[in-house]
Amino acid sequence: MSKRQMFWIKLKRILRTGFFNFWRDTTVTLASVLVMMVTLLVIGLISFSSAILDTTLAELQNKIDINVTFITSAKEEDILNIKHSLESLPEVLLVTYVSRDEALALFKERHSNDQAILSALDELGENPLGGVLNIKARTPSQYASVAEFLENGNVISSAGPPIIDRVNYFQNKAAIDKLTKVIASADWLGFVAMFFLAAVSVLIAFNTIRLTIYLARDEISVMRLVGASTTYIRGPFAVVGIIYGIVAGILTLILLLPITYWLGGATANFFVGFNIFSYYLRHFLEFAFIIIASGIFIGALSSILAIRKYLKV
Amino acid sequence: MIVFDRVSKIYPDSSVALDEVTLSIEPREFVSIVGPSGAGKTTLLKLFLAEEKPTGGAVYYESTNIHKFNKKETDAFRRKVGMVFQDFRLLPNKTVYENIAFTMEAAGRTDEEIESDVPHVLELVDLTPKVWNFPRELSGGEKQRVAIARALVNEPDIIIADEPTGNLDPANTYDIVQILKKINDLGTTVLLATHNKGIIDLLKRRVVAMERGRVVRDDRSGKYFV
Repeated sequence: MSKRQMFWIKLKRILRTGFFNFWRDTTVTLASVLVMMVTLLVIGLISFSSAILDTTLAELQNKIDINVTFITSAKEEDILNIKHSLESLPEVLLVTYVSRDEALALFKERHSNDQAILSALDELGENPLGGVLNIKARTPSQYASVAEFLENGNVISSAGPPIIDRVNYFQNKAAIDKLTKVIASADWLGFVAMFFLAAVSVLIAFNTIRLTIYLARDEISVMRLVGASTTYIRGPFAVVGIIYGIVAGILTLILLLPITYWLGGATANFFVGFNIFSYYLRHFLEFAFIIIASGIFIGALSSILAIRKYLKV
Repeated sequence: MIVFDRVSKIYPDSSVALDEVTLSIEPREFVSIVGPSGAGKTTLLKLFLAEEKPTGGAVYYESTNIHKFNKKETDAFRRKVGMVFQDFRLLPNKTVYENIAFTMEAAGRTDEEIESDVPHVLELVDLTPKVWNFPRELSGGEKQRVAIARALVNEPDIIIADEPTGNLDPANTYDIVQILKKINDLGTTVLLATHNKGIIDLLKRRVVAMERGRVVRDDRSGKYFV
C-alpha cells in the first residue's frame, strides 16, 4: 500500500471515529455543545454591539448641519445669492433652500396636533417665519469654517442691513460634541466588557472540552499501549472538537434569528433607525463565518492542547 | 529474545521496586512471574513496555535496548507486543468488533485484513455472538476474552498478561488460562504475571518467583512454592 493510500485510509478512519464519538457520548456532547453555544453567542453579540454603536455614531454625525435663518423681510433674490456663494465653498457639500412658505407649511405639519399653536399662528395673520438655508459640509470638522464664513459678513446683502437672523451652528455643536464623546466612551467600555466576557466564555468552553478529554484519559493510555500513533489518537478528538464548533455555531446562528427579531423593534426606536434584525439578515454570511470559524477554532485548539497531557505515556 | 540485564527501578520516593533483576526469556516460552503484591511483577512488565524507564541496567528485545527507541519506534515495538490487563482496559465507546479493529487500524492494516481477521480471532476466543456488543454489556470473562482477542489480532511476537484472571471466577480463570496456553502452543511467547497458585499448577511451565524486587527462584518445572 502506498503512503498516499494509507493517508486517505487514516483520514477516513479518524473522521469516522470522531463522528462515532460525537454520537455515542450523548451527555458529554450535549454539555460541550451548549457551553460552546454560550461562547459563540457572546462573540455574536460583540459583533452586534460594535455595529450598533458605529451606525449610531455615523447617523449622529450625519445629523450635524447648519441652519441659517433669514429675517422675514429678506428678499429671496438675496438669499439665493448667498446660497450661490456658499455653494462655491470647497467645504460645502449641499445647500438646501427652504422658502418662507415652505417653512410655514412644515411648521404647520409638525404642529398639526397642537391646536393652540395653530390658532396662535392664525391670530398673527402673517407668516412669522423667515427663509432658511440648510448647509451640509463634507466632514463634521469643516462646519467651523463655514460658520465663520457666515459670521464674517461676507454675505451681507447689497442693500446694507444684515438679512441673517441667526445661525444655529454653535448651540448644536456643543450638544453634538458631547454626544459624540459619550458614544465613543460607551463604545470603548462596551468593547472592554465584551472582550472580558468573550475571554471568560472561551476559557469555559476550553475547560469543558478539557474535561471531556480528561474523562477519556484511560482510553487514551490504552490506545497508546496498543501502539497507536500520536496523530491517530489525537485526530478523532480534534474531529469531535470541530464538530462541536460547527454544530454549536449553526445552533447559535439559528438562535440569533428570534433574538434579533425580538430586539429589532426596540433597537430601531432606540438607536436612530438601526434595526438589529435586518442588520443580522443583511450581514448573515459574515456572522456565519465569524461564529462558525470561532467555533471550529476553539473546538479544535482546545482538544489538541488538552490531549497533549495524556499522550506522554 | 527478551533480556533483563541487571535492571533496577527506584521510584523518586526511594522505594525500590526492582533490584538488579536479571532474566532472559527464549522464543516460544511460557513464563509465569509469581510473587506477592509489591514484589515488582507489574513494574517489570511496565519496563518491558517502555511505559517506564529503569534507573539502572537495560532491557533488550532481540538485542535492542527498548529504552533507546524514539516515539515512533516505541509505537512500532508495542504493536509487536499484545497486552492483557487485570482490568481489561477496553475502549468503552467502541463495540467488541471496533475494539479489536482499532488495534489493527493503529497498526496500519487495510480494511480487507481487518474484515477477515477480526471474526477469525473472535472465533478463537469463542465470542462471535457478542461482536456488536459494547464492553458494558459483557461479563468479566467475556471482557477478558475480548482483551485477549485484541492482543492477538496483530499476531504479536509476545503476549504479556498482567494478572489477567485477577477479576474472574474460577471457571472463567480456567478458560482464560486454556486460551493463553493455546496461544503459546501456536508459537507465541507468553509472559504472565500472577499470584494465583491454581494457574501455575495447571500450566506446568517455567515459573519465576519474585520477592521485594528480586528474583528469588527460577524454576523450569513449574511449581509454585511459597
